[in-house]
Amino acid sequence: MAKVKGDIIIDIEKCKGCELCIEACPQGSLETSRKVNNKGYLYIVKVEDTCTGCTNCALVCPEGGITVYRKTEKGKEQIAKISNVTKDMELKVN
Amino acid sequence: MKELKLMKGNEALAEAAIRAGCDAYFGYPITPQSEVLEYLSREAHARTGMVVLQAESEVAAINMVYGAAGTGKKIMTSSSSPGMSLMQEGVSYIACAEVPCLLVNVNRGGPGLGTIQPGQGDYFQSVKGGGHGDYKLIVLAPSTVQEMSDFVKQGFDLAFKYRNPVLILTDGALGQMMEKVELFPQQERKFERLDWATVGKPADKEKNVITSLNLKAEAMEVINIHLQEKYREIEKNEIRYEAINCEDADYIITAYGLVARICTKAAQMAREKGIKVGVIRPISLFPFPYKAINDYASKVHGILDVEMNAGQMVEDVRLAVNGKVPVEFYGRMGGVVPDPDEILKALEEKIVGVAV
Amino acid sequence: MSMNERDLLEDKHFEQVISDESICTKENIVYEKPETLLDVSMHYCPGCGHGVAHRILAEVIDELGIQQEVIGVAPVGCSVLAYNYLNIDMSEAAHGRASAVATGIKRVLPEKYVFSYQGDGDLAAIGTGETIHTCNRGENILIIFINNGIYGMTGGQMAPTTLPGMKSTTSPFGRDVATMGAPLKITELLAQLPGTYYVTRQSVHKPLNVRKAKKAIQKGFEYQKLNKGTCFVEIVSNCPSNWKMTPVESNKWLDENMLPFYPLGDIKVPKD
Repeated sequence: MAKVKGDIIIDIEKCKGCELCIEACPQGSLETSRKVNNKGYLYIVKVEDTCTGCTNCALVCPEGGITVYRKTEKGKEQIAKISNVTKDMELKVN
Repeated sequence: MKELKLMKGNEALAEAAIRAGCDAYFGYPITPQSEVLEYLSREAHARTGMVVLQAESEVAAINMVYGAAGTGKKIMTSSSSPGMSLMQEGVSYIACAEVPCLLVNVNRGGPGLGTIQPGQGDYFQSVKGGGHGDYKLIVLAPSTVQEMSDFVKQGFDLAFKYRNPVLILTDGALGQMMEKVELFPQQERKFERLDWATVGKPADKEKNVITSLNLKAEAMEVINIHLQEKYREIEKNEIRYEAINCEDADYIITAYGLVARICTKAAQMAREKGIKVGVIRPISLFPFPYKAINDYASKVHGILDVEMNAGQMVEDVRLAVNGKVPVEFYGRMGGVVPDPDEILKALEEKIVGVAV
Repeated sequence: MSMNERDLLEDKHFEQVISDESICTKENIVYEKPETLLDVSMHYCPGCGHGVAHRILAEVIDELGIQQEVIGVAPVGCSVLAYNYLNIDMSEAAHGRASAVATGIKRVLPEKYVFSYQGDGDLAAIGTGETIHTCNRGENILIIFINNGIYGMTGGQMAPTTLPGMKSTTSPFGRDVATMGAPLKITELLAQLPGTYYVTRQSVHKPLNVRKAKKAIQKGFEYQKLNKGTCFVEIVSNCPSNWKMTPVESNKWLDENMLPFYPLGDIKVPKD
């Protein structure tokens, strides 16, 4: 299988620096910044280029502030095979 | 053809609810109004599909009303004094959230568990607040079984006209007594999507929220000002009262509900003795007919207010009269219904005997 | 300390990695904020489980495509303003009465999806009566119960679910079961009632738990469609502010202390 490459974008103005995403990240990609956002929170930033797009950080983010991206060398088709929380449920209703 | 029937007040009210196209009733048994819940449980669903649910308490019932009425449907509940007290928190929320609905209080003697006999001790609770904060209910006080029926329909109309809860304030005697009533024709239950109601957010519209909360003081004041403006509008348009033989009267008795009928008899007896007495019966207790009473006060020597309580509406009568003539009070409490003789005696002793 | 001072003190022990534009494209999105969750900052304290619970609820609403068919009821408590974050029709109930309000809505709109979202004080103290009777009647609603063992909004008082020995502002020496009663396991209690169809206890403190909790909420709505009775999803959550811990510590404490007392998993599952 091709190597999975992921990335995230953190909405730093929503971030309250709770650090739950740091705890959840299996790659150790995240850290608390030394800068504050407009609300005065030390927000979270990505510091290692090791993201696999596993979505753990976004799952535990109480602010809904993390968007997760994922890409393989072979392109889009591969992505669909990877367990994706937004698509892993059967929709039985309606 | 007229549809006439001999019915108990509570049953006429329940029948009227079905005919008015009421969508749901949530209630809890309490004497002397349990017939409403019983009658609806028996009749309503089969006839119109109306939802009738016996809640686990009056607290739950009023909150079911809050939720259901938030959908813009015709929703009602009924109770009697102690149960009504339990509902007051919910009533305050409903008034602030501007959810139209119909409430019925079949007043019994209080305070506390009191009695199961009729009373009028809930006037203050109904008219002056009851729950917390600055809010008003539109309060209608029937004096006949016919009005018990008619006011249900009018009550729903007023509730939706002003997006305000309407209360029918009646008493145990009217609820229990049987009279001839002309029933109005069955109205269709129809569902209209109202622009403020919580029925599911359409894709092209903003969501609706039914709430009484606003944490910003200035914004909450705006809501308060809006409510007060609405109440002033109601005061302008919806005052209802009945003046019985007042045109040539030297004295006036003020009374509401069933007591007004007893006072009408007392006034008749007074006229037989040569004392010209009229009766003013406020029908809408909020908005109160201050001006009408003030106008009549200019023409008479004194006013006797009669109630089945320790003197509650008399405060509004005194405000209306504003010192023009003496206003005296006669009341019975604890569930005792006054008879015409004692009212006439009180009139003679407190008003006719002393007034100039 | 001003921002500039902070910048000066920065020890540069790490470098922020700028997002890769070739990866961060629309077609590569695998996770984003659900549409039903409004794009606003929530008032919850940092690390509070309410935000996650709101988000997964919104995700389920989006994925089931029921945004136009759902009506929610907010409680009194920290989540009193839930309607500011969820882009659906909502009603804000009096304290403890959310399930009665939801009953009223569902009874007159039986074809819609109705849920209440309540905290432990709301659902298991002041609203116990409404909760039990709503479940006993088997109202076809979903009740989402956030249990963090404390009154958050009023400032950390003892809740019906506060653990034995746990300190709060009204049990400053720890909850004394002899005088204050034992924590109420209302979820187990409700599972005994014939009206409940699906009763489960979940948490949102770890990624896997978040996914399970989301699945439970989804089931709650699906069973509602089938008119099977009340679905009840408890979410054991944290309260960093009133537990006086960092968010990370609070989730660890939850794992070590709350979960042994409130074990996760389905308590009542449909037979068919």
